[in-house]
Amino acid sequence: MGTYILKRLLAMIPTLLGVAVLIFVLLRIVPGDVVEARYLAQGSQFVSQDLMNQERAKLGLDKPLWQQFTSWMAGLARLDFGVSMWTGGEISEEIKLRFALSLQLAIMASTIATLLAIPLGILAAVKQDTWVDYAVRIFSIAGLATPSFWLGILMILTMLIVFKWIPPMMFTPFWVDPWLNLQQLIWPALAVGYRYSAVGTRMMRSAMLEVLREDYIRTARAKGLWLKLILTRHALKNAILPVLTIISLEFAFLLGGLVVTEQVFNLNGLGMLFVEAIARRDYTMTQALVMLVATVFLLVNFFVDIAYAWLDPRIRYR
Amino acid sequence: MKGCTRFIALVAAALLWLPAQAQTPRSGGELVFPVPSEPPSYDGHREETFGLIHPIAPFYNTLLRTDPNDKSGTKPYPSIAESWTTSSDGKTYTFKIRRGVKFHDGSDLTSKDVKATYDKIVFPQAGVGSSRKGQYADVASIDAPDATTVVFRLKEPSGSFISSLLSPYNFIYKADILAKDPHWYEKNIMGTGPFTFVEHVKGSHVVGKKNPNYWDKGKPYLDTFRAVFMRDSAAQVAAIRGERAHAQFRGFSPAERDSIVNTLGNKVTVQEAPWDCILLVAINHEKKPFDDKRVRRALTLALDRHTGSKALSKIAIVKEVAGVQVPGTPFATPPEELNKLAGYWTDIEKSRAEAKKLLKEAGVPEGFQFTFLNRGIPMPYEPLGVWLIDQWRRVGLNVTQQVIEPAAYYGPLRKGDFQVAMDFQCGYIVEPDLDMYKFLSTDRNHANYGRYTDRVLDELYDKQSRETDPEKRKAIVRQFEKRLLEEEAHYLMTLQWHRIIPHSAKMKGWTVTPSHYLNQTLDTVWLDQ
Amino acid sequence: MPGSIPASATVDELARPAERPGGWLRVVLEFIRQRPLGAIGAAIILVMVFLAAGAGWLAPYDPLETDYAAMLAAPSPDHWLGTDAFGRDVLSRIIYGSRTALMVGLGASLLGATFGSLIGVASAYFGGRVDLIVQRLMDVLFAFPVIILALAVVAVLGTGAGNVILAIAAPMVPRCARVVRASALAVREMPYVEAARASGFGHQRIILRHMLPNVMAPILIMATAFLGEAILLEASLSFLGLGVQEPIAAWGLMLRGAAVQFAESAPWMAIFPGVAISLGVFGFNLFGDSLRDALDPRLRTQ
Repeated sequence: MGTYILKRLLAMIPTLLGVAVLIFVLLRIVPGDVVEARYLAQGSQFVSQDLMNQERAKLGLDKPLWQQFTSWMAGLARLDFGVSMWTGGEISEEIKLRFALSLQLAIMASTIATLLAIPLGILAAVKQDTWVDYAVRIFSIAGLATPSFWLGILMILTMLIVFKWIPPMMFTPFWVDPWLNLQQLIWPALAVGYRYSAVGTRMMRSAMLEVLREDYIRTARAKGLWLKLILTRHALKNAILPVLTIISLEFAFLLGGLVVTEQVFNLNGLGMLFVEAIARRDYTMTQALVMLVATVFLLVNFFVDIAYAWLDPRIRYR
Repeated sequence: MKGCTRFIALVAAALLWLPAQAQTPRSGGELVFPVPSEPPSYDGHREETFGLIHPIAPFYNTLLRTDPNDKSGTKPYPSIAESWTTSSDGKTYTFKIRRGVKFHDGSDLTSKDVKATYDKIVFPQAGVGSSRKGQYADVASIDAPDATTVVFRLKEPSGSFISSLLSPYNFIYKADILAKDPHWYEKNIMGTGPFTFVEHVKGSHVVGKKNPNYWDKGKPYLDTFRAVFMRDSAAQVAAIRGERAHAQFRGFSPAERDSIVNTLGNKVTVQEAPWDCILLVAINHEKKPFDDKRVRRALTLALDRHTGSKALSKIAIVKEVAGVQVPGTPFATPPEELNKLAGYWTDIEKSRAEAKKLLKEAGVPEGFQFTFLNRGIPMPYEPLGVWLIDQWRRVGLNVTQQVIEPAAYYGPLRKGDFQVAMDFQCGYIVEPDLDMYKFLSTDRNHANYGRYTDRVLDELYDKQSRETDPEKRKAIVRQFEKRLLEEEAHYLMTLQWHRIIPHSAKMKGWTVTPSHYLNQTLDTVWLDQ
Repeated sequence: MPGSIPASATVDELARPAERPGGWLRVVLEFIRQRPLGAIGAAIILVMVFLAAGAGWLAPYDPLETDYAAMLAAPSPDHWLGTDAFGRDVLSRIIYGSRTALMVGLGASLLGATFGSLIGVASAYFGGRVDLIVQRLMDVLFAFPVIILALAVVAVLGTGAGNVILAIAAPMVPRCARVVRASALAVREMPYVEAARASGFGHQRIILRHMLPNVMAPILIMATAFLGEAILLEASLSFLGLGVQEPIAAWGLMLRGAAVQFAESAPWMAIFPGVAISLGVFGFNLFGDSLRDALDPRLRTQ
């Protein structure tokens, strides 16, 4: 088991390196840089090339690319994310608040997704090809099909017009005022969670269908004892595992990928930070965010793999 | 008779007294306002964004300011400088510095601090960024002969020097701090302003509280202010509608204003003004057929600006039909004269027929295709882009739009990698020197993306810049405008932006101007019950 | 059919998947009967295709035609779905928008699925070091959230329909590659592939003619799922202002700007394009879902 864990950990490193190289190169290919974004954005007449070059030198943008890359890598090895090219502030500080929000949203959305997916999936499998099955599938696919930003706009509109509710202005962290915090995040969590439950529902349904095909279940069904058996035996455990896998894999993407949702609900999260950082060509910030999300993604993958290996010894010896 | 007169006098006095009471500013309260963008640093000399001014300007004073009750935002008004005199040759300006001004750390402000500040702006050391240095190219030297006097000596007389000192970005810093570390003010705040710095939570808000030792006794009226960073305009609108914020000082779109007014009725006051921002159409003179002035004139003749003004002012932050100056300001051309220029005719059929004729003469075929570059900012670039393409379609031009995101926009413009593109200009104050600088020949102003050389235009600019008599200056400005927009059609004006500020009726003491950079020290603002 | 192998059978023939008896019509009818949801999905898709193809005669107005006297007009006999901020007919723009959606969706889906499948199959076929390296590369791409990868591609290439297709195809390639590789690994062990190698056929031929056809099922399922996601991604990119540009009619673009601003006073601008997107993606997903059920032998109801 130990060697397996070590192997999986080591396998993460080349992938992370690949991600680092890819984002580094991509950013430098993209036209424009942070100095232009800062000084030319307001249309000022009097900004000189000298000033801009001066600023570039200060940020280290005039050094050769390989040097910029290695110093960044060296910093990462020390867990030093560096300093934002736009504000000059420590990146870890800038990310902290937004990370808390995105993390909470991701957890809430994943929980909602799981809570929806499991019972709905079981229901659809047990009542396969009946109208219950169809209703569940339509419901969950509708969640996949509806653009989250449109759903968000409709949600906010309904709240405004019907309930005369107005979204809170500033983000209250959970530990400051849980009730206010939940009020702010429950709506985007619902919008996002509903969407992601669809994938889980589908998975749950297929897994459950497989389980239902097993002989002992079919015998029990014929005898009328099947429901109790399903819910108490390992059958359910086997079916739930793939669902949890899917949802945990999506979790990593919920951290940085909720760009449009955050825009519509005005949430100060990692997705918005991403978009702002790219728009401003803040190389260091973008790189840091990408590495963060990629690491979370790989870590989640890693833990899922370990969980599988622990449950099924055959996998370890591959 | 005597008793009667006395009674009338009493009533009259009472009647006069009551409204005066209603207008007396009330002290106290917290002003809350959303700010759409967060400043990258605190140094006003370096930054260009209003995202710095709105939350940070209240902590500082400038040498001069604009009159806070003047709607045109052009009248100079004393601040740190009590008064000033100009020498007869127009080259020396002497300012008398007010006594009793204290920095927030308790130390006194003297002329030394003003000199150090302006040295940093006009003659920055190596490594110190000063974005507006170019505006002060005429300044030869700055001296502080005694503690209450600062003298600016110019190389040439200038009609706009005082205006350039009204810049809200020229925060007065402490000389001792600048001497020790010229970068200190990028990350720190310490000024003489009406408010002292309390906190800045990144991504969230800035809070300032009343400066008890402010030199303008009785001000500020507010106890505190809170600037909340909110990117999304829907959230800003929601905050005002929900009466959680008092105002947003940049401006709202017509739809947003309507939704606020519909919700709050008379609890909201709407102040509107033309805005010192305009979108321009840059035409690359180096690309055929745009080197032919007939083609450029056709492009401007095709635009129905008057109908566009009525229609677009319903959906976008544009309205006024304008030339080179914001309508309603001292040097603006009145409509009767403006409507004689090409592209401003009220008879659009005639205008478009002329456009088609010119295109034919220039050999441009019907359905000629070209690409219009636009900047990826929703308001008002998008609706204006749609409008321009639609108007050009009506004279038989087939235009596709290529939208480039803001960070990468100026690359192709500077390289001349475009045919026709959207350009823009925003000023912090309405002043011909600032507003017309853009259109100088490209070898003089690299930010002129039209890539043309026009010495006649350059001469007219220089002439008006040196002219200190306002009437004579106006005449030269009109000549410049005619040559730019009609004779050569080097650049096209679209429609002037329109500033819409719906704010809580409780907020008083703030007057709208064409500039979203002015009047933001909040010292005159007070909250009614 | 099974069991008898004619003496003259070539390796190519043997590798062809078994054909269904009875012809296409029977298959279609059976599909509708057995999977009504899939049939609904297919119907929606057909309507979309019909709208896209016939936009020229179906749409009552030119989608680019502005009318400044009728801006933000409510639905009426003149304009069934109302007009937008420039007085352009919403119904016409939705009809023409289906064209954009299908073009971008099909383009991106085909591109992503093709490249993804080729990479997946080749990777499985060659195995060993090549497989490992390709897997790592795919992992790297996989670790980017879908929209961030699309944003990055748009930032490099710029906006516009062609670049959007590439931007949307980009995150789809590793996802397709991974799924196809799994199926291809199983196919690689099949006897006819062994026979083909023994016969000395070139790598290219084996991959293209023997392995690819046999992983068609998962590719097809992925492609239909991709189409739905592609339409959604295009809408998101246009909504962010990074996709197709004005004045082209595109559903995501119609939800931008004025639609949100005037959502309260002129809700038809925000509602109808959103419904169109949802229906379109819904149709593709329903169809793809039923396709998966039909082609996955484990899930058939006995």
